Amino acid sequence: MSEEKHEPVPYRTFILTWVALLVLTVITVAVAQVDLGALNIWVALSVASCKSALVLLIFMHLKQETLLFKIGLLIMIVILAIFIGLTFTDVLYREVLP
Amino acid sequence: MTTTPLKSTGFYSESPRPGLLGWLLSTDHKRIGMLYLGCITTMFLVAVGLGLAIRLQLFAPGQHIMSAQTYNATFTVHGIIMIFLFIIPSIPAAFGNLLLPIQIGARDVSFPRINLLSWYFYISGAVLAVIAIFSGGGPPDTGWTFYVPFSTQTTTNVNLAVFAAFMLGFSSILTGINFVTTIHRLRAEGMTWGRLPLFVWTLYATAWIQVLATPMLGITLVLVMLERFFGAGLFDAASGGDPILFQHLFWIYSHPAVYIMILPAMGVISEIIPTFSRKPMFGYWAMAISSLAIAFAGSLVWAHHMYASGMSDFAILVFSLLTFIVAIPSAIKIFNWISTLYKGSIQLAPPMLFALAFILQFAIGGLGGLALGAAASDIHLHDTTFVVGHFHYTMFGGTGFAFFAALHYWLPKFTGRMYNQKTAVISWGLLFVGFNVTYMAMQAVGIQGMPRRYYDYLPEFHTLNMVATVGSWILALGLIVMFVNLFKSLRSGPVIGMNPWGGATLEWFVPSPPPMENFGEEDPVVTRGPYDYQGVTADEP
Amino acid sequence: MSHEHRDDTGARFGMWLFLYTEVILFSGLFLLYGVAVTKYTDAYILASNKLNVWFGAVNTVVLLTSSLTIALAITAIQRNRIRTCINLCVVTIALAILFLINKYFEWSHEISLGIYPASETLLEMGPGVASFFNLYYFTAGLHGLHVLIGATLIGVVAVLVARGKVTSDRYVLLENSALYWHLVDLVWIFLFPLYYLII
Repeated sequence: MSEEKHEPVPYRTFILTWVALLVLTVITVAVAQVDLGALNIWVALSVASCKSALVLLIFMHLKQETLLFKIGLLIMIVILAIFIGLTFTDVLYREVLP
Repeated sequence: MTTTPLKSTGFYSESPRPGLLGWLLSTDHKRIGMLYLGCITTMFLVAVGLGLAIRLQLFAPGQHIMSAQTYNATFTVHGIIMIFLFIIPSIPAAFGNLLLPIQIGARDVSFPRINLLSWYFYISGAVLAVIAIFSGGGPPDTGWTFYVPFSTQTTTNVNLAVFAAFMLGFSSILTGINFVTTIHRLRAEGMTWGRLPLFVWTLYATAWIQVLATPMLGITLVLVMLERFFGAGLFDAASGGDPILFQHLFWIYSHPAVYIMILPAMGVISEIIPTFSRKPMFGYWAMAISSLAIAFAGSLVWAHHMYASGMSDFAILVFSLLTFIVAIPSAIKIFNWISTLYKGSIQLAPPMLFALAFILQFAIGGLGGLALGAAASDIHLHDTTFVVGHFHYTMFGGTGFAFFAALHYWLPKFTGRMYNQKTAVISWGLLFVGFNVTYMAMQAVGIQGMPRRYYDYLPEFHTLNMVATVGSWILALGLIVMFVNLFKSLRSGPVIGMNPWGGATLEWFVPSPPPMENFGEEDPVVTRGPYDYQGVTADEP
Repeated sequence: MSHEHRDDTGARFGMWLFLYTEVILFSGLFLLYGVAVTKYTDAYILASNKLNVWFGAVNTVVLLTSSLTIALAITAIQRNRIRTCINLCVVTIALAILFLINKYFEWSHEISLGIYPASETLLEMGPGVASFFNLYYFTAGLHGLHVLIGATLIGVVAVLVARGKVTSDRYVLLENSALYWHLVDLVWIFLFPLYYLII
């Protein structure tokens, strides 16, 4: 099978990504010092999602891979969301007995 | 009568290593497939023995051949072996390994060594499961579902059984990864997605479920072990846990797992029906897409096992609705099989008879499933033997019969020997009658209110239980006739050519048994669809 | 085998599929977390404050940096800088060990306070706090196990690089070990804010 070779990602790109990840870490720690109520956890999750997107796309070379890899990841995330989301149809609506 | 022994034909004669090591260290998909087939069949027969013992105990009210504790252990071990060691790996691991590479025109799977590793996980899991029966605090008595809090408190040997199931899950994951990658990367030239045999489509859908759902079982079982060793309390309400969440996590895997069991079976039927109707599959794309749709919809419905668990009414509503969605792609499959039969030139060869029995029994099982999926009727039927009858109709009458159909369809391909077809028809008749008598009676007595997993019952349930037990004897007789017949064919069956049935998928154009690497020097180039029977005829017997 | 079969893209795809299984494995624990945090929100905030943010933050930086070094190692081997590649692998392993040492001190501290699964101190703190620490120990423990496995994998590959078995022409083993290592990082990216940072 013919092997489609990836171009090496320059060191610079990786280092810049790493800096971005560190900045996001500082942001997430800083935001956690401010009380935003229930919003805190959503901000933390959003920042974490951005960080994981950087890791996936650049560190893990997902950007260079074919469509198959991206669709595969999407399927996994959708299934994961279903597993978690549908469980909450139970736990959020459970009647608490006195 | 044959003169050349089996071991000097096809892939049996070509191995880098001689003797037993040639099998135990082989990375050839056909050898691994045969290893799986041997082990799976053995495990099946062991579990059948336990099942017969259960039926014998239920022959009449009162204690006969076993105590209540032994009865609990028997149905638990029957369940664990049947589910984890027989049905889940039966068609994907055995026939999938044997056929998938050949059907897509490949020489092997993508990761042959990982394939062998997955067999070792399987066999280790099997050995651990057997050790669990005879060691520690005695055989596990939790049922195959390991529900907490009982599974974290019972003194029987749950730890080892759970660990065995964990290993088997790992084996299943590795097979899934292998199959998805193989189907994407190793299709022969000209083997477009539209030319994939439907068996491959179902294996593909199954493999995705194996990859995405099985890890949930892994973590659930790990947590049960942690709970037992450290008192982790994750499912213990006293330390902030939630026992119902165990059921969620467990069924998030175990409901999709029933599609791991049934989808490849549907694939087998989709191969057999067109071949013995001499007609292309009706609605190829509908069949292919419905396999993926079943796999997807199957991951939306797990909590319909939990209507009586105390989960929220809203969730019951949602899951009841979603459950009905699965019926749509399943019905598409049934209609398309029947449309393929319509005006076909039908030959009632043994594989076809098993396939037709599959359609009937799976339809009965599937419709019973709707009665259980609807919350209103489920509350009445929950934990009765109707449920037991229902899943035996789908799992045994469905997957089990598809497994027998696959054995009669493909085993000659991999042994190069034909079994006695008349005997095969007799065994089919016994199995068909025995199966339906046993499980129809079980469903009927369930509707009357007999609870499942009870070793004793009220006298008004006696007649139907007696009928079910007698049915199980007919079933057992059918199994004996069938396996003896198949086994005899290995030694003394007449030698067959490449294409005994007139199939049009690639495996029928390689020698029986196929050589190492399946195809000679030249890689195959595919120029026709899998159900294009123009110019394809069966060998003269 | 009559001829060698090679499919690096297939091998990488297989690794990605395996990583999906790892994500789902961890998601079971995150699911339990999600359910418990909606049920015992106040107790979770209380419990989270008992964890030292700095242990978590330092470990985050350590893991992110190790992710960088292993990513750089791939570029290095693609450019045939074998020495650099091996050094970067060694740095990654060193960071992994640093992570585990840090974890050891953190856990020793908490255990010395009597906080560990099924401990009496924990049960006295009520079901919410108990559930937080139970989940924390098992999630972080499972993650730690993955750190150990990942570092071992990278160690093996580094030896193969040194022996010339993994080369600038054939480095999918390094890529796959790196993918595994990034997964370890990804899990921590979610674990850190959810356990250390909720207020």
